[in-house]
Amino acid sequence: MSRELKLTNRPQSVTIAAEDDKILEVSKLGCVRGDRRLFSGLDLSVSPGTFVQLTGPNGSGKTSLLRILCTLLTPAEGKISWNGADIRSLGEEYVAQVTYLGHRHGIKDELSAVENLRISNALNGVSVSKERAADALGQMGLAGRESLPARMLSEGQRRRAGLARLLVCDTKLWLLDEVLTSLDKGAVSLVRSLIENHVAGGGIAIVATHQDLELPAGHTKRLELTT
Amino acid sequence: MLRWIVWRDLMLAWRRRADMLSTVFFFVIVVSLFPLGIGPETQLLRTIAPGVVWVAALLASMLSLGRLFANDYQDGTLEQLLLTPQPLFLVVLGKTFAHWIVAELPLVLIAPLVGVQFDLSRETLWILFLSLLVGTPVLSLIGSVGAALTLGLRGGGVLISLLVLPLYIPALIFGAGAVEASVMGTSPSAHLSLLGAFAIVSLLFSPWATAAALRISLE
Repeated sequence: MSRELKLTNRPQSVTIAAEDDKILEVSKLGCVRGDRRLFSGLDLSVSPGTFVQLTGPNGSGKTSLLRILCTLLTPAEGKISWNGADIRSLGEEYVAQVTYLGHRHGIKDELSAVENLRISNALNGVSVSKERAADALGQMGLAGRESLPARMLSEGQRRRAGLARLLVCDTKLWLLDEVLTSLDKGAVSLVRSLIENHVAGGGIAIVATHQDLELPAGHTKRLELTT
Repeated sequence: MLRWIVWRDLMLAWRRRADMLSTVFFFVIVVSLFPLGIGPETQLLRTIAPGVVWVAALLASMLSLGRLFANDYQDGTLEQLLLTPQPLFLVVLGKTFAHWIVAELPLVLIAPLVGVQFDLSRETLWILFLSLLVGTPVLSLIGSVGAALTLGLRGGGVLISLLVLPLYIPALIFGAGAVEASVMGTSPSAHLSLLGAFAIVSLLFSPWATAAALRISLE
C-alpha cells in the first residue's frame, strides 16, 4: 500500500522567516499502527511563527502524527529534531515547550474548571493564581461557572475549559487535535484568535482539523495526509 | 511538582469518598466474617488472625488498584501527566503515594481495632499495625505496575489480580510471619526487617517499571 503525501504552501501565504531558522524539523517520518502503514517518508520543517493546518480523511494518521510530535507515540522510522537536537534526547526539555490538547478534554469531572486549570498548569511548572485562572476561563466564556464541578458542564463548555490552558501556558509549540468539535461559532473564532496571537508572537501551532481555520495573515502551511 | 500530584489525587479521592470507604468496609467485613464463622474458639482465632488480616488487606487493595490509573486514562488527564516536564517515575511515585494514603493507610489504622475480635494481645496488635505499616507500601508499589500494564484492557480487574497477587506473596509471608511470631511469643524483628527490605526494593524498582508500562499502554 503506497501513500502519497502532499505538502503545499498556500499561494497567498507570506514567508516571514528565513529558510535557515527552522526550529522543528521532521524527516522521513513513518508511522505504523497495528499492521497498517499510516504514512511514510513525511518531511516537514517549521519555522517560528507558523501555523500548520493538518488535514486528511479519517484514519489518515493526523492524531498519530500529533502524538508522535508530542512524544506520546514512537515513530516506526524517521527523526524529529527541535532546535537541531533530537526530541527523544531532549526529553523533558522538549516536552516543556509543548502543549498538546487531544480528543479527550483532559478535564477531571470531580474538579471545578478553576481547579482543573490551576492543577494542570502547576504540574507543568507554571503556577497560576486563582484570579488569573478565573480570568482566563471568563475569556473562554465560562464566567460564573468556574467553580462548578466539571461534570455539571456541557460537552462544549468542558472543551472550552480545556482550551483555557492555551491562555495561560507559555509554551512554544501547540499541538491541537480536533479541538473544534462541539464548539459553537463564537468559541471557534475565539480559538482562531488565540492561535493567531500565538503565531504572531513567534509560536508554532499544528492543528488537525476538518474545518477550515482561515488565518488572515502570517505564515500558513497546509499538510494533507492522504489514504 | 510531586506535592501537586499527591494533592490532586487526594482531592480527587476526597470528592469520591464512597470509593475509599468501600475498600475499608470490605476489609472490615472480610476480617469480621472469620470470628463470626468460627465461633469463640480463642486459641484457633489467635492462630489464624495474622493470615486472615493480611489476606484481607491484599484483597482490599485489589479493589482500589483498578482505579489507580484508569480514571485518568479515560478522561485524558493521564496523557497530560505524561507530558509534564518532569521524569515520569516521579509522577508515578506521587500517584502511588496518594494511593497508599487513600487506600492502604485506613486499613493500617483500623487493623488493630478489627484484630481485637481475634483475641490478640496488645503487643501483638501493635506488631500487626507495624507489619501493615511497613508492608502496605509494597502493595501499592507492586500493584501500580500491574495497574499500568492492564490499563485499557477489557477485564483488566481480573487480570490485575492474576498478575499482582503472586507478587504479593513475599510481603504476605513476612507480614503475617511477624504477627505470628508475636502470637507465639518470639521476636518479630527478623520478619519485619525482611519486610522492610522488600519495601525498599519495590520502592527502588517499581516506579520505573510502572513508568515504562504506562508509556507502552498509552501508545
